Amino acid sequence: MRFLGYTIGDDSTPLPTPTPELFAAMGTFMTEAVNAGVLIATGGLAPSSEGTTIRLEDGTFAITDGPYTEAKELIGGWALLECASKEEAIEWSKRFLAINGSGETRLPQVFGAEDVGPTGL
Amino acid sequence: MHDVDRAIDAVWRMESARLIAGLARIVRDVGLAEDLAQDALVAALQQWPEAGVPDNPGAWLMAVGRRRAIDLVRRQALLAQKHDVIRRDLEVRQDVVLAERDVAIDDDIGDDLLRLVFVACHPVLSKDARVALTLRLVGGLTTGEIARAFLVSEATVAQRIVRAKRILAEARVPFEIPRGDELSARLASVLEVIYLIFNEGYAATGGEDWTRPGLCEEALRLGRIVAQLAPREPEVHGLVALMEIQASRLRARVGPTGEPILLHEQDRGRWDWLLIGRGLAALERAERLGGALGPYALQAAIAACHVRARTVDDTDWARIAALYDALAQLAPSPVVEVNRAVAVGRAFGPAAGLDILDALRTEPSLQGYHLLPSVRGDLLAKLGRMEEAGVEFRRAAAMTGNGRERALLIERATAATQNA
Repeated sequence: MRFLGYTIGDDSTPLPTPTPELFAAMGTFMTEAVNAGVLIATGGLAPSSEGTTIRLEDGTFAITDGPYTEAKELIGGWALLECASKEEAIEWSKRFLAINGSGETRLPQVFGAEDVGPTGL
Repeated sequence: MHDVDRAIDAVWRMESARLIAGLARIVRDVGLAEDLAQDALVAALQQWPEAGVPDNPGAWLMAVGRRRAIDLVRRQALLAQKHDVIRRDLEVRQDVVLAERDVAIDDDIGDDLLRLVFVACHPVLSKDARVALTLRLVGGLTTGEIARAFLVSEATVAQRIVRAKRILAEARVPFEIPRGDELSARLASVLEVIYLIFNEGYAATGGEDWTRPGLCEEALRLGRIVAQLAPREPEVHGLVALMEIQASRLRARVGPTGEPILLHEQDRGRWDWLLIGRGLAALERAERLGGALGPYALQAAIAACHVRARTVDDTDWARIAALYDALAQLAPSPVVEVNRAVAVGRAFGPAAGLDILDALRTEPSLQGYHLLPSVRGDLLAKLGRMEEAGVEFRRAAAMTGNGRERALLIERATAATQNA
């Protein structure tokens, strides 16, 4: 089962620069998750002020440059986890947050091959 | 099941291999180490629902397990002393000091894990036993999960595991990483076990049983772990590459009504490009380590040729034929020859492919293998020998167990006969 873990926050209050200790601890943790065969892809996000929204309505595209106006957005980073169960993905996310000290992670499941029943998607 | 119980399950799956590996270093017996790890798990099941899951559950389990492991070594040492008057108190103390020192060296958990993998895949065990023990000790699966995945009874799996542990103890298999000449043979056994697990899942996905692709994921996970533990072994990366690329097609190889879809008919948009990227990167790691490619890396390289082609017609058949040549020399098998014939036929014309197949006609292991007449029929049809092609297609149709494929083969047989 795949899960996309991503951190949520208010983009208008930028995250403090991580201390060297936090940086190192996070690096060790990520290596551990990669070595366990669980973390299969990960990435960081630029601030939403550098992002863009593309909307299609009534046949017209509207392109709006960031920042996004919603209070809470996907910020910081994301990680694609391959786990045996949701509980395992939760455990990994708890460890991530514990190192981070605080924060909020969302964890939707990503459908993969095993979720495609005989009738297809 | 309560939330805490589920959390404990998840923690067990994440931590059990390292726990067992760490304890095995102290007690020098993986069976005993697993018992001690299970004791620690029981303690967790008793205490965590009340006290909550600790912040570092792995460390908690390890602390409990180690305490019991050292107690056990102490007791064994004392018992040995009672039974053997020659043994001095000093020796007993040394045993305990050694056990405690082993506990103190904590930085090499990776090596412990690798030792555990090598012991679970030890050639002294049967293939079935190796598979069961690896899933249990390294994968953290329960006996019930293994039984369901392999469609056997739980009692059978439990018995396999108990027997395997006994055989390991009786053979006094040391808890160590093999060195020198032994390493490559032992590593081959580890890779074989992982690939067996993968194929069990892969072969099942064509059927109606949708629980078993979990085995593919499990094998991939084991492969990734071993690749991190033994990063200088090209074949480990080769196997990971092969599995990642094959797994990328899981979704595309079954049609809307559950029917299998062959590689050249698959919708490439349904392939998992993340896994393909990971597979190609793993193959590159195998290639960068230098030397001739081994059987897994060669198969991965062949799979890579297929995924690199944007369409079936773009496929680099000459390269695939060359890779099959190399594979046929390293790991010759009739099935490899049939595949080589397909690639050679595509690259250098049907007559060249047919030459390879003609050499296989009396091969006893291929007597029931429907792809032999099927491929032969295809090559004959391309050469315009329609009557012979029709006969081969009909033979193949009679051999295949797959209804859709049979229909297709009969269709081709009829067309060939009409055009003869």
